[in-house]
Amino acid sequence: MRFVVLVKASKESEGGILPSAELLNEMGKFNEQLVKDGVMLAGEGLKPSSEGKRLRFDGGRTTIIDGPFAETKELVAGFWIVQGKSKEEVVERFTHAPFANGETIEIRPIYELEDFGDNVTPEIAQRQQRLEEQMK
Amino acid sequence: MLLARGHADAPVTGDDLDGAIAAIWRIESPRLIATLSRLSRDVARAEDLAQDAFVAALSQWPDEGIPHNPGAWLMTTAKRRAIDQIRRNETLNRLILGSSVGDLSEPDFAESYEEIDDDMLRLMFVACHPIVSKEAHVALTLKLVGGLTSAEIARAFLVPEGTIAQRIVRAKRTLSDAGVPFDVPSGSDRLQRLASILETIYLIFNEGYAATAGDDVLRPELVEDALRLGRMLAALMPQEREVLGLVALMEIQASRMRARVGPAGEPILLLDQDRSRWNRLLIGRGLNALARAQELGAALGPYGLQAAIAACHARAGTAEQTDWSRIAALYDALAQLTPTPVVELNRAVAVGMAFGPRAGLEIVDPLMREPSLQKYHLLPAVRADLLFKLGLFEEAKVEFERAASMARNSRDQTLLLARAQRCHSELGGEAP
Repeated sequence: MRFVVLVKASKESEGGILPSAELLNEMGKFNEQLVKDGVMLAGEGLKPSSEGKRLRFDGGRTTIIDGPFAETKELVAGFWIVQGKSKEEVVERFTHAPFANGETIEIRPIYELEDFGDNVTPEIAQRQQRLEEQMK
Repeated sequence: MLLARGHADAPVTGDDLDGAIAAIWRIESPRLIATLSRLSRDVARAEDLAQDAFVAALSQWPDEGIPHNPGAWLMTTAKRRAIDQIRRNETLNRLILGSSVGDLSEPDFAESYEEIDDDMLRLMFVACHPIVSKEAHVALTLKLVGGLTSAEIARAFLVPEGTIAQRIVRAKRTLSDAGVPFDVPSGSDRLQRLASILETIYLIFNEGYAATAGDDVLRPELVEDALRLGRMLAALMPQEREVLGLVALMEIQASRMRARVGPAGEPILLLDQDRSRWNRLLIGRGLNALARAQELGAALGPYGLQAAIAACHARAGTAEQTDWSRIAALYDALAQLTPTPVVELNRAVAVGMAFGPRAGLEIVDPLMREPSLQKYHLLPAVRADLLFKLGLFEEAKVEFERAASMARNSRDQTLLLARAQRCHSELGGEAP
């Protein structure tokens, strides 16, 4: 199974304050262990929402909104993509993430092939049909 | 619910504790077993010691809470037991033999990160030691290095748990009896032994990617386990070309998982796959690993070459954009290194795509006399396809029918018979 681990934004991350050398060092060690255990697929830190844009879709009309966005705690400041055999495993790994000042991280499973079961069949079938027609 | 960690006043109980302990076993047991194997010089004893430490955790953690660093707690507990055991044996020896087995200074337990890495690598080599069978390599690697339970391994391979448990016990006993040293082989032995680790990981991968047993074409869990093991090995041996080659190959192949199975569970061939369903993250990781393998200098090995071939497909936006002449060249190189009939057959397909069906047939025809391919339905299937492209429908039809009669799975059979029927129509025959 794969999981996204979202790091929620904070006043500091929204203020564009870069992590201290010490935190970067700790984070490096934490990530190194994830790599050594073969479970880290990706991980990035995001610039503050003041550098971001939002697109909202409404009945064919698209509105583009400039950052920053107000609800700091709901924003995302970074993420990991990791694989794990259970949610508990990911929780266990990330209890050791080098945070200590009120940060929140959120662990969310990614939909996998087996989660779709029969639901996705018509869609896949359609795509398949399109593909076959293209190839004729 | 709220679950506080690192506080002794916030005990964790029930299902949450069970889940947490299972997770901690998966994460920590390989490192524990690796370190303890070095200290006790015996993988079986190391596993027992690690399990004992977990039993101690099971009795203490419900009251005291899970320690802030469970790995360190377990390691300390296990080592204490290891020393006790060593001391007990020493006392026993003195009493029985009236002599000491020699200096028994306490082992240096303050191992560094590097040491744990070395131990993990040693553990991988021991799990794939040639003294035990390939089946045992798979089971030992998943259990000791991958942190899986026997039940999980059994489920993945669709065999009874007892079979796996027994296989592991027997293998560990063989290793102990032979006094297999806990080390990383050197010299010419090293490459051969490394090849055995790579083979084991790729076996696990293929069992998940092209399941030979059961109804499912894919078993994603095994694919993930193999990827995890491969990446672990790559982190431990970043300078080994073939390790990176294998990781690249698996990442790229795994990227196609979602596109590989059709709505009715039937396998979809590479060139017919919907490429928008390929996983870009895994492709990127695979191409990256391949680039690192290539940066190491010397020519690519068999896994690296297969990865390079997979990369050609991954880079092509559509099947038509595939760089077949490059693939044909890579198969040439692969055939030099591993001149097997199956590689040769794949080379024929690539050459046929790159330089026309006649060039492909020139490689296929000599293979028709190859004894090991007599029951391999893909041989007549490939030949039939090349004949079809040359417009030799009569011969193509015979070959498609022969391939269908040899195919073991009904889905392949249906596909091949449909193609035979098309030859029939091309010849002016009526569709049934």
